[in-house]
Amino acid sequence: MENISAQITQVAPLEHYIILSALLFSLGVLGVLLRRNVIIMFMSIELMLNACNLLLAAFSAFHSSAAGQIFVFFIMIVAAAEVAVGLAIIVMIYRNIHSIDINELSKLKW
Amino acid sequence: MTQFLFYFLSFVAVAAGLMVITAKNPVHSVLYLIIAFFAIAGHYILLNAQFLAIVHIIVYAGAIMVLFLSVIMLLNLNKDNEPAKSNVLKLAAAVAAGLLLVTFTGTLKGTESIIAAQPYDDQIGYVKALGKVLFNDFLLPFEVSALLLLSAIIGAVVLVKHDLK
Repeated sequence: MENISAQITQVAPLEHYIILSALLFSLGVLGVLLRRNVIIMFMSIELMLNACNLLLAAFSAFHSSAAGQIFVFFIMIVAAAEVAVGLAIIVMIYRNIHSIDINELSKLKW
Repeated sequence: MTQFLFYFLSFVAVAAGLMVITAKNPVHSVLYLIIAFFAIAGHYILLNAQFLAIVHIIVYAGAIMVLFLSVIMLLNLNKDNEPAKSNVLKLAAAVAAGLLLVTFTGTLKGTESIIAAQPYDDQIGYVKALGKVLFNDFLLPFEVSALLLLSAIIGAVVLVKHDLK
């Protein structure tokens, strides 16, 4: 068991986790900037949250501290609440204007 | 072997993420996002965070993505009627995201020297150790998150209800 756990820390250096998380986060940002479908923008936000979660879990494992994994747990709770309310808002918007194009939602802009 | 697994899972996660934002059909986007989530769950297992991996699959692939799919089916959005953005905007978005990537890797690359070489503890990802930390040090945030979920339920019902007096 000790051998296995020693191997796990040597799976990849921390920099690789940082680069992977940065890549996933940038993909999420790119999705928000690129698409006009509100639901796909929402999914890109989920991708960004997951990039943060992965980096927190990696830091927690490399630092041998459980606090990072608890933070990931809380971020998952917040993401679940966010998706429930956000999708309700999207359904309501669709009911009112029959579109989920983000350019239709510019009533608050001046 | 595990090293190969890390790079394979990273490739799957990034490729699936790329497909999420390029797929025309929203249903395909959801399915690619589920693949990305499973790859990230594999990363959690590699990091010896078994509890997180299971919770991640249950919450994300099980609950959140089903919610997405049901909303897409409900709104009948599975046809690609999304007007395309102009090429200049697409290029600007790609440049902005690339600059963000450079900034993130540049700022975070210095942090690995801060992480001291701690003795590795392979027990922290298990339910027993995490539960002790969660219910001792993080009891108040845990209770507050319960309130958050309750308010999210009430908010979602209030938002989609037709005639609220």
